[in-house]
Amino acid sequence: MERVPILRIGSTLLVSIQIDLQDQSVQQLQEDLAEQIVATAANGVIIDITAVEIVDSFIGRMLSTIGSMSRLFGARTILVGMRPAVAITLVELGLSLEGVQTALNTEKGLRLLAGGA
Amino acid sequence: MDSTQARMAAFLHASQPEVLQRWTEAASASSGNRVPAAELRRELEEIYALVLRLITGADDSAAGELRAVLAEFSRARARRGLTPSETALSIFSLKDAVYALVADAAEMVPEYLVFAGTVDDLGLQTFESFVAAREQVIADQAESMLELSTPVVRLWDGIIAVPLVGTLDSARTQLVMEKLLDSLVATEAEHAVIDITGVPTVDTEVAQHLLKTVQAARLMGAECTITGIRPQIAHTIVSLGIEFGDVLTKQTLADGLRYALDRCGLKVVPA
Repeated sequence: MERVPILRIGSTLLVSIQIDLQDQSVQQLQEDLAEQIVATAANGVIIDITAVEIVDSFIGRMLSTIGSMSRLFGARTILVGMRPAVAITLVELGLSLEGVQTALNTEKGLRLLAGGA
Repeated sequence: MDSTQARMAAFLHASQPEVLQRWTEAASASSGNRVPAAELRRELEEIYALVLRLITGADDSAAGELRAVLAEFSRARARRGLTPSETALSIFSLKDAVYALVADAAEMVPEYLVFAGTVDDLGLQTFESFVAAREQVIADQAESMLELSTPVVRLWDGIIAVPLVGTLDSARTQLVMEKLLDSLVATEAEHAVIDITGVPTVDTEVAQHLLKTVQAARLMGAECTITGIRPQIAHTIVSLGIEFGDVLTKQTLADGLRYALDRCGLKVVPA
């Protein structure tokens, strides 16, 4: 099973999803991320899904779950780089990912975290 | 190959220059001289050669090639705005051209009749292709109209607008949605203004589509404002009980722009 790497930049964790997500790797990512947030005392998580072309309701829910989970640790989650087709799919699935902030790209996401807006 | 066709083929072959000359003249007259003479002559020569090959039955590919050439012949005429009758007449006039030559020779009548039948088929083929070509033109135009009617304009750095004019249906809203989202990626705009001043009616379906567009834009990290809701439409929306939820709406495009500028931390001041 492929693992999604979690990178640390200052007090921000950067997760760039570059693989086709399987249910198992999603589960693993959630656990790894929770551990990492606690270990590094991160206050922000950026999830880059630029490379994700296909989503289903499971992945949609995973994104929300990560959002709510990080909030419990006092970290903000910002979802960046969503493709138009993915956005349309999520909306059609009725998943509006309440509670997760979004940004167009990683740069804007980092700025959003830094600005505290 | 039966002898009737052989004799006709021999006759057509022998009198080729004369028939072609007459045919070109007749075809030119029937198309109202709207096709340049040289081009017409070239087209007819090509068709004539293929008709000869078809009648002699020398090879099997002649019929297919002839069909392709005729299709191109009528497509070219459809583009020039000729009517289907004029196009078919150009082909039918081959009969007249040949008839003028066989009229004196009574023994050629059976051959001529068979030949006339072939030409009639060819004429009908051009008619079919003509209609198909026209349909294609209409379909292309409808598509380009759809494209034209949904421009995404850049108002400022990081602010784009979609002025919607005309009736919104599902297909069009879908296109608007895709174009808007693609533009968000391309221009890295964080604000989008959808102006519906030019939309005459909004029903539940359209409202639903607009809401989905706004939500999708939000998921991508952009903020979307809907502006230009006219009084009647506001009334309809409220009467229909459509919930616009947390979607931001402003009165006019100007208000939308002002809001977006404000969110970007920009201010417009007198020079």
